[in-house]
Amino acid sequence: MSGFFKSSIGRKVSMALSAFFLMFFLLQHLAINVLSVFSPDTFNEVSHFMGTNPVVQFALQPVLIFAVVFHFVMGFILELKNKKAQGVSYAKNNGAANSTWMSRNMIYSGITILAFIVLHFIDFWFPEINTKFIQGDWSGVMDGVDGYRYYEELVHKFVNPIRVAAYVVAFVFLGLHLAHGFTSAFQSVGANSLRKKLEKLGLAYSIIIPAGFIFIALYHHLNH
Amino acid sequence: MNLTLKIWRQKDSSTKGQMVDYKVTEISEHMSFLEMMDVLNEQLVNAGEEPVAFDHDCREGICGMCSMYINGEAHGPDRGVTTCQLHMRMFKDGDTITIEPFRAAAFPVIKDLVVDRSSFDRIQHAGGYISVNTSGNTQDANSIPISKHAADEAMDAATCIGCGACVATCKNSSAMLFVGAKVSQYALLPQGQVEAADRVQNMVAQMDLEGFGNCTNTGACEVECPKGISLDNIARMNRELMKANI
Repeated sequence: MSGFFKSSIGRKVSMALSAFFLMFFLLQHLAINVLSVFSPDTFNEVSHFMGTNPVVQFALQPVLIFAVVFHFVMGFILELKNKKAQGVSYAKNNGAANSTWMSRNMIYSGITILAFIVLHFIDFWFPEINTKFIQGDWSGVMDGVDGYRYYEELVHKFVNPIRVAAYVVAFVFLGLHLAHGFTSAFQSVGANSLRKKLEKLGLAYSIIIPAGFIFIALYHHLNH
Repeated sequence: MNLTLKIWRQKDSSTKGQMVDYKVTEISEHMSFLEMMDVLNEQLVNAGEEPVAFDHDCREGICGMCSMYINGEAHGPDRGVTTCQLHMRMFKDGDTITIEPFRAAAFPVIKDLVVDRSSFDRIQHAGGYISVNTSGNTQDANSIPISKHAADEAMDAATCIGCGACVATCKNSSAMLFVGAKVSQYALLPQGQVEAADRVQNMVAQMDLEGFGNCTNTGACEVECPKGISLDNIARMNRELMKANI
């Protein structure tokens, strides 16, 4: 089995498996964030549950971190191997004649998403880790805020228009990445018998996920 | 029609190559691309110059030898054809046509537009066959029932002529459409089952050893394949390899 994951196809499959986990993560992340638009109290309750539940914090969170790191590292390794396999470049190459821009530029949309994740970690994840694991404060409350602090923290982050713009741009690239990545992951694990339906589902997913996050960012920016 | 050709010239595998410009005149739109190349070569020979080396054999779209990358596409701008089946009516008078060899580290240039595709042969040798003695007492083919669907899919996979357009057009120089087709044509039939696990493992291992890249599912190979080999064959190969490892 270790030989399988060292083979070219094994690596594709491992990219797809980490992608499945990340795509499921995005779906639940969006579902929770959408609550902030409709009901700040519910958003706070769910955020507190996710932020303090031991299964989420000590089982799913490490898997998520591993999946993110693995997907990026393996993505770069495969890109370097593929560059090496190309040899001499063509003087004239008409890639647009036979494939989509998204499929040919996964590495660049991926790098943009990586840059976004750094910003996102600085904005939310590092302060969260600091509060809970370094300061040991698992209460979810903050001075000067009634109830839980999560909604206030979210809203506060979307005051700065530059940050909102950066988020919007990153989500557009996320959409471009997903537009190819969703169906590609299914193809890699050999699940292509529903190819046409998966293409439609992939298109819907790659529009709904980023559009949802963009909506949330703009909503809080414009309403506060 | 009159054309300007930009052609990759390379003396041998160890010499550095370069693009060289040529003019050809009075090219008929009914000519095949290779016949146009013949006109150019006649012109070069008459002028005492070295003709452009290019691969060709059957000139009827089944041998898979003619391996040119024309105006940024394997076998040129037409679909479902090899270079010998590409007609000059696809071009206009006054066009400039860029002609390069198929590029991939696993397809080194031998001379001009001729590349060494023996890496494909070695992948075939690694498992693209069934170990059945066919001399003498061969069983009647119809004694093993096969569904029409499986027979059609196996036949579709078997139409791969091993031309290498999939590798040439792939941004990763991946050979997975070729190997996927060769694995599939046996995986779909009862005769292929006995050696199925070894076949896919050995062929994929050889493909990796030859230095082909990893598939990122851009689908360019499927579009450029002169025989219309489907991406489904790559998915089937992936399933076969997973099955062989579980």
